[in-house]
Amino acid sequence: MSLITAKNLSVALNGRTVLQNVDLSISSAEILTVIGPNGSGKTTLLRSLIGSITPLKGALTRQAGLRIGYVPQKLHIDATLPLTVSRFMALPRRVPAKDLEAAAAQAGLGHVSQAQLSQLSGGQFQRVLLARALLCRPQLLILDEPTQGLDHSGAAAFYRQIETVRQNTGCAVLLVSHDLHVVMAASDRVICLNGHVCCQGSPEQVASSPEYQTLFGASTDGAMALYRHEHDHDHDHDDHHDHHHNDHPRGPVATVTGPKVAPDANAKELA
Amino acid sequence: MEMFDAFLVRAILAGVALSLAAAPLGCFVVWRRMAYFGDATAHASILGVALSLAFALPVFIGVLLIALAMALAISALQARGQTLDTLLGVMAHSTLALGLVTVSFFSDVRIDLMAYLFGDILSVAWSDFLWIGLGLFLVVGLLGWRWSALLTCTLNRDLAQAEGINPKREQLVLTLALALIVALGIQIVGAILIAALLIIPAAAARNFANTPEAMALIAAAFGACATLGGLAASLHWDTPTGPSIICCAAALFFTSTLLGALRGRGLS
Repeated sequence: MSLITAKNLSVALNGRTVLQNVDLSISSAEILTVIGPNGSGKTTLLRSLIGSITPLKGALTRQAGLRIGYVPQKLHIDATLPLTVSRFMALPRRVPAKDLEAAAAQAGLGHVSQAQLSQLSGGQFQRVLLARALLCRPQLLILDEPTQGLDHSGAAAFYRQIETVRQNTGCAVLLVSHDLHVVMAASDRVICLNGHVCCQGSPEQVASSPEYQTLFGASTDGAMALYRHEHDHDHDHDDHHDHHHNDHPRGPVATVTGPKVAPDANAKELA
Repeated sequence: MEMFDAFLVRAILAGVALSLAAAPLGCFVVWRRMAYFGDATAHASILGVALSLAFALPVFIGVLLIALAMALAISALQARGQTLDTLLGVMAHSTLALGLVTVSFFSDVRIDLMAYLFGDILSVAWSDFLWIGLGLFLVVGLLGWRWSALLTCTLNRDLAQAEGINPKREQLVLTLALALIVALGIQIVGAILIAALLIIPAAAARNFANTPEAMALIAAAFGACATLGGLAASLHWDTPTGPSIICCAAALFFTSTLLGALRGRGLS
């Protein structure tokens, strides 16, 4: 029984068709990753699944009473809004302090502090978002580019956290990313999206498919090598793969507001 | 002396009640960057005064209707992704001008337009308290009831949507509360100054607050202080009451910003 199923989904934004005939279904306890270049409709797909956008056509079925934990791509906290970590986590429902602490522990957050959200580092902020999403005991966790603004080792650590969460809670995870390298190591299944579903399957299958290679070009070999590497060995030696990556450190996610402009090497190769 | 006491008591009650109800709404106006929105709605209320004269309605009803219509129109345009800045300016000033022109057709009705532009808190009658009490109860009740949902929507619409909150419905709650405050505030501080009473205490409170709730409470305290201080100043120096209240609020804002900057976490 799948938690959420999209059949033949087409979505238009401002009259422009962003997604066309997308089929997708998520089973319980699987980690499904949607990858695709910038502007391929990844975020639009997620927003359709949570009900923020009404699809142009197609059918969307959710399991009755499905609990979704959502981690948005960017969360801009207006400078005029004072918000502590603990108050944020208790939105929109007040929860007992011990539930807050339990969710924080699951998300790898030391403890629920009274610090202002705006003062957190990018990695801490992502973990707070994750902890908040875990509070509703989600059956499905949806994360939109959760490692944007994290450096490579921070991103790897975050994905390991997601895997731990899945093991501990048994929730399904739907991830969106344009960072192929690390994310594929953590996935059971990958969907490659570019306005439509280009290809899907296990990480190995997708990485070796011609559609994927067309879309992501020369970086494929690197990604695959990295994938094997990450899977076969201890995950902590992140310094080995820096040469694949050309990390451009960006600010913490809390302050990212502008439109996405091809921020890294992968995106540039598409142009 | 008896007369003096009665009108002052009414002014204090009405002013403090208005500032208490305006505080939490003002916080949302600040957080959601709706300052211009509040301004435009308030300006349009003069058209509501004209409407009330034309149809012999209570001023509260006419202003409420126009403020609601204006706020809904702006919300609808905003939802369609229109660039609001210019549009708000056009609508705010044209509805204000249209209201002023319309009112001039009723020259046989002797009304003091200045009282609606800048408020006349000292003329609040006991009979007005029915509207004031009812309206403020509604505003505070609405915001209290929807507080967490509104806060979640303010942070992020998708986050709210994933929690089963409908951002459009919450926006409507704010719109209704804003129209109510404008309709109540027009007699007390006037159409021009009501937006100031919403924004300034909330902005002043930001420097001392760690949570949204604390900010609303501190804003309420600041608003009440400004009202009392403005009334006192107005009696003492015979200055217009509405502007005196706003001047007090502004003094609070600058003091608080200065203190906040000294503590190293001013309004950025």
